[in-house]
Amino acid sequence: MESLGDLFSALVDIFTSESTYINTALFAGLLAFAATGEWVAERAGTINISLEGMLLFGAFASAVAYDLSGNFVVGLMGGAIGGMMIAWVQAQMSHNLSANQFVVGLTLNILIFGLTGFLMREMDPVTELAPRWEIPLLSDIPLIGQALFGQRWPFYLLFILIPLSWYLVFRTRWGLDLRASGENPQSADVSGIDVNKVRRQTIYYAGFTSGLGGAFLIFAQVGVFEDSIVGGRGFIAIAAVIFGGWTLKGTIAGCVLFAGALSFKLSVQGLGYELNSELLQALPFLVTIGAVAIFAHRVRPPAALAQPFVRGLK
Amino acid sequence: MTDTAAPEPDAESAPHLAKGARAGEWVLFYSVSIVGAVALSLVLVELTGGESWPVISALLDGSVRSPGRWGETLGASAPLLLVALGTVISGRAGLINIGQEGQVLIGAAFATYFGFQFGGAASVNLFVILLFGAIGGALWAGIAALLRYWRGVPEVLTTLLLVFLAGQAVSYGLSREALLLAPSGSRGNRNLVSEQLAEGNRLPRLEVFGNELPTMVFVSVLLALLVAFALAWTVWGFRIRTLGQNPNAARRAGVSGARYGGTALLIGGGFAGLAGAAMFAGGGFAFGNYQLVPGFSANIGWTGLLVALVAQERALLAIPVAFIFASLRTSSSFVGSTGVEGRVTDIMEGLLTLALLIPPAVIFIRGRRRARAASTART
Repeated sequence: MESLGDLFSALVDIFTSESTYINTALFAGLLAFAATGEWVAERAGTINISLEGMLLFGAFASAVAYDLSGNFVVGLMGGAIGGMMIAWVQAQMSHNLSANQFVVGLTLNILIFGLTGFLMREMDPVTELAPRWEIPLLSDIPLIGQALFGQRWPFYLLFILIPLSWYLVFRTRWGLDLRASGENPQSADVSGIDVNKVRRQTIYYAGFTSGLGGAFLIFAQVGVFEDSIVGGRGFIAIAAVIFGGWTLKGTIAGCVLFAGALSFKLSVQGLGYELNSELLQALPFLVTIGAVAIFAHRVRPPAALAQPFVRGLK
Repeated sequence: MTDTAAPEPDAESAPHLAKGARAGEWVLFYSVSIVGAVALSLVLVELTGGESWPVISALLDGSVRSPGRWGETLGASAPLLLVALGTVISGRAGLINIGQEGQVLIGAAFATYFGFQFGGAASVNLFVILLFGAIGGALWAGIAALLRYWRGVPEVLTTLLLVFLAGQAVSYGLSREALLLAPSGSRGNRNLVSEQLAEGNRLPRLEVFGNELPTMVFVSVLLALLVAFALAWTVWGFRIRTLGQNPNAARRAGVSGARYGGTALLIGGGFAGLAGAAMFAGGGFAFGNYQLVPGFSANIGWTGLLVALVAQERALLAIPVAFIFASLRTSSSFVGSTGVEGRVTDIMEGLLTLALLIPPAVIFIRGRRRARAASTART
């Protein structure tokens, strides 16, 4: 980085190179899997710090399932089940036993990190990347075609999962119940909704999508399991929900923005430019904090977000 | 409450009975949880081809039984306790600070930088190190406090994200000689470490029965007493607790959330930073050997947070809990030498914490159920 002109030409290079968009889509894909489920859970009034653990255990479970079966579908299902197992512990502890949800989530993250690290040495699952599916015509769109329609096939699950989540939240009875639980649990309770049960179900849903996200990480992005594979991106997914002002559109936009920051780091190095490596590592977190600081107070969170519900107590 | 005509015969003695039964319940629940967590970890050891008894004996050897080990364990519990005390204060104010790991690291970095900048006589230098450690941690938590009360960003998220920034900030500092990196003469070729603290400027260690105790152990216990006193008996502590228990009531009583909550977050960060400084100046070989190294905080922040949570945010209860968690930590390498992966102590730590969260929740629910039963019986 000699001068401003160099910086400018570097930026042009980065924004016109297809690999930037492909990387952004990959990173955003992982974040979107986790963030979509977390969005549903937050609309019901819960915050799941254990998202990180769900991703990590989903990734591990999918790797083991694939190692045992040799089948990607079984691997994905294994990931979803793995994520839901963590979600079950989280939900039972925080919304059945009324332990503090942040405490439970954080402990789970630490436990899962130790557990997967321990089991990894014992089991050492062998995995590989899923095949690439090129969608005809769409994948030929310049710049973004390959990024959106030329990915390994687990990526396309997002095209089902995101509309499905929207439909569940805004067009079903269950969605109405969960939004009521997130906005006014006392009223929801009086009208016959089992608030904590609905909240537990949304956490299972977050575990399901995050588990798929972990499997996506294995089969579409990295290819092998390591205990550092998630590396704090579960937390960034939570930040994306907050950044998006608890709307699905905003959440996905947050995922893309934060993923852009992550892939910017790769692009800078890939195109042969030198930039301070610590700054690049810190960039996604800086962008997250900056964006949340700017946008957080313009939006209204679900009124009962992160407030435990106990019948008769207010 | 209309049935005054026929009071039940045991109406008087019921509270006493309930009290005894409740203590028994408490002991039972806690022992079942702890035994369950340990048993589950040992099942995991057995399932993966290890043996339980050598692991248990290694846990005891590594934490207290072998020569010099309990001093080591006490030395590791001091920073854990300090971090936990900070967490207790911010937690009592109703704030969820989970960024202690970063605050410890920044505290240690501040302590290193200003310690070498100011130099001076040994006692002054030591004071500077501890003071700036606390300031560093407080400033780092202050960012979260600022964003919380100025921009309305939940502190859960910012404190957490700041952990990752702290790691990068310190490794940036460790790659520049103007900041933290030692001059090239006094370190290995490509080692990214700070200068070593001179022998006279370290926190003194006491020899007790062949165990080396850093003085920080006593300081941290004294601070625990101080925090317990301040929270229970001062106006400031009362306001902090009010804020934590009911922010609306606190606001109406004139307790400013920004002022008291912000202060609580700053103090919480300050304690974590102090722990970092103490690890630098007195941690010895277990913590970087009087040098700042990458990854210096070594999970002390995370574990200290767990200590506070397991102790249910009580300063005095944090003392024994810190010792237990420190034992798991110091015995990890002993367990590793039995051929079982040493990380099994991490799993034990996580399972133990989860297990210890269950009894208070169950007791809470049973208490409510009983109260409801009593109120319906009366009417």
